[in-house]
Amino acid sequence: MSLPSEYLEYPKRRHGMDHDLYPWSNMFDRPPVKWPGDKPIALWITVALEFFPLTPNDGPFRAPGHMATPYPDLRTYTTKDYGNRVGVYRIMRVLDKLGLKATAPVNAAVARRYPPLIEAVNEAGWEIIGHGVDMNSLHYGGLAEDIERAYIAETLSTLREVSGQPVRGWLSPARSESENTPRLLAEAGVDYLCDWVNDDMPYDMSTPAGRITAMPHTYELEDRHVITVLGQLEELWSEQVLDAARRLRREAEKYGGRVLHLSLTPYVIGQPFRIAILEHLLEALVAEGGIWSATGGEIHSAWRDQVG
Amino acid sequence: MKADPGLYSYWPYRNRPKITWPGGKKLAFWVAPNIEFYELNPPNNPFRKAWPRPYPDIVSYSYRDFGNRVGHWRLMDLMDEFSIRGSVSLSVAMCQHHPEIIEACAERGWEFFSHGIYNTRYCYGMDEAQERAIIEDAIETVIQATGQQIRGYLAPALTHTERTMDLLAEYGIWYTCDLFQDDQPQPIKVKTGRLISMPYSLEINDHYAYNVYGQSPAQYTSILKRQFDTLLREGEESGTVMCIPLHAYLVGRAHRIDPFREALEYITSHRDDVWITTAAEIAEYYYDHYYDAAAEQLLSRVGEE
Repeated sequence: MSLPSEYLEYPKRRHGMDHDLYPWSNMFDRPPVKWPGDKPIALWITVALEFFPLTPNDGPFRAPGHMATPYPDLRTYTTKDYGNRVGVYRIMRVLDKLGLKATAPVNAAVARRYPPLIEAVNEAGWEIIGHGVDMNSLHYGGLAEDIERAYIAETLSTLREVSGQPVRGWLSPARSESENTPRLLAEAGVDYLCDWVNDDMPYDMSTPAGRITAMPHTYELEDRHVITVLGQLEELWSEQVLDAARRLRREAEKYGGRVLHLSLTPYVIGQPFRIAILEHLLEALVAEGGIWSATGGEIHSAWRDQVG
Repeated sequence: MKADPGLYSYWPYRNRPKITWPGGKKLAFWVAPNIEFYELNPPNNPFRKAWPRPYPDIVSYSYRDFGNRVGHWRLMDLMDEFSIRGSVSLSVAMCQHHPEIIEACAERGWEFFSHGIYNTRYCYGMDEAQERAIIEDAIETVIQATGQQIRGYLAPALTHTERTMDLLAEYGIWYTCDLFQDDQPQPIKVKTGRLISMPYSLEINDHYAYNVYGQSPAQYTSILKRQFDTLLREGEESGTVMCIPLHAYLVGRAHRIDPFREALEYITSHRDDVWITTAAEIAEYYYDHYYDAAAEQLLSRVGEE
């Protein structure tokens, strides 16, 4: 038994990364940025609005949260629907009460199917960004480039048409990308993408179609991840978000403004027994101070103006 | 294949020759930051897939890349605060990819041991020449980058062959972190030379705590304190070892680093009883004072194998 000789060859063993999409960079060596009002923390709340068809289209994998039982998986379908019908409105009420903004990554299918939800998002002053066609339409390595280009075009045009918003950002369904995704997004004029989880600050990627910014859209503090994947109590989730804020506030004194990203899931945190936890958490975040509540587009613009 | 790896004999955790660490200390404490490079597009190993999703699996990749951009610097600051030198479990290709990190660790007197070339190149299926090649590569790469001779080993992604331990001993490696059978170092049966197992830990590894058991940062700190309390108490009878294996892409997240700080603060407040050191220093002291007696008891035992 032995492995092919290429298994011990390392053609990308060189300084920096093993790809050309972005250079390595130590976050603590970068020039400090200043947020409006000199606030240490840009609080970026995102609330994804997703459509999971009852008929999962099995590509290389199924998006997390997708159907789990044999057809028809009514329990999963309707649980996800609960988020778009009920949960999201609870989140809106809490954010509105506290004067906080959000960015909503939206599937084109949601915009087509639920125009009143898009109206409500607009009224709330939330930013809309692309989130693909629906949770069946995954972008992944091996997907034909023309299909992916069409997914992006359909998503952007539908969202722009229904919402009237410019739609400058992008989150891929299930955060999954093909090798072409950053280039195709740059080609479509998208300013920032949210799939990568390797930084606490925005940074630029370069593609043959121009640059695109990776925004620090993490999942480690996401309600869905902490509460439903890791199985932790809501109180522990809230404590971790506050700990992150305290840390970032302190780092900002020395290293410049930081981004605290918080991903909220309507069908998770929008449940009646959970929503009060969100309200208390956000009240505490605001009360501890130093928060600039902003959309992804606003954070990106403020950052871009300073880094050039 | 063997039902028993044949690496050590059964040795009850009582009535062993007493270990006392330098200065009469009861517990030897070391911290093992795993400083790793995971490739976006590694060649396929027939026994283990690198990533769950098709290339490019950017979520799995970028999740780990966070350690080298952000997390490492938070963790290193924290260790500086408590004057703890790391014993680095190193993907040695980091010496090429991010020498800035290696230099920062070397300046602080941290130890480096091999954790393979990349954490996306597994030993499953390697022939002897191939496994020798990655050990030789690691030794050579670390000497060139830091001047250090590596003394320890943790197989890349904990992937082994039946000959791994024999090869380590043959190359003069002092200790392996791959075995989890004990809370004290002890001789390992190898064909030539000597090798000891160094207590590392999966159970209090940050990866297990956060992602396998789903513990919160505060729960992890509480676990670390309990682990420490027990091993310190038992260390009065005979010296114990506690290692905290870490990954900067996990513990170095903004919501985790401060709760983790409390664990280091607690442990380092017991300096009178605790030897805060590196794995190579523990191994050296063990060889000088305890290896022979232990080997006499342990390697001569007959029975189960």
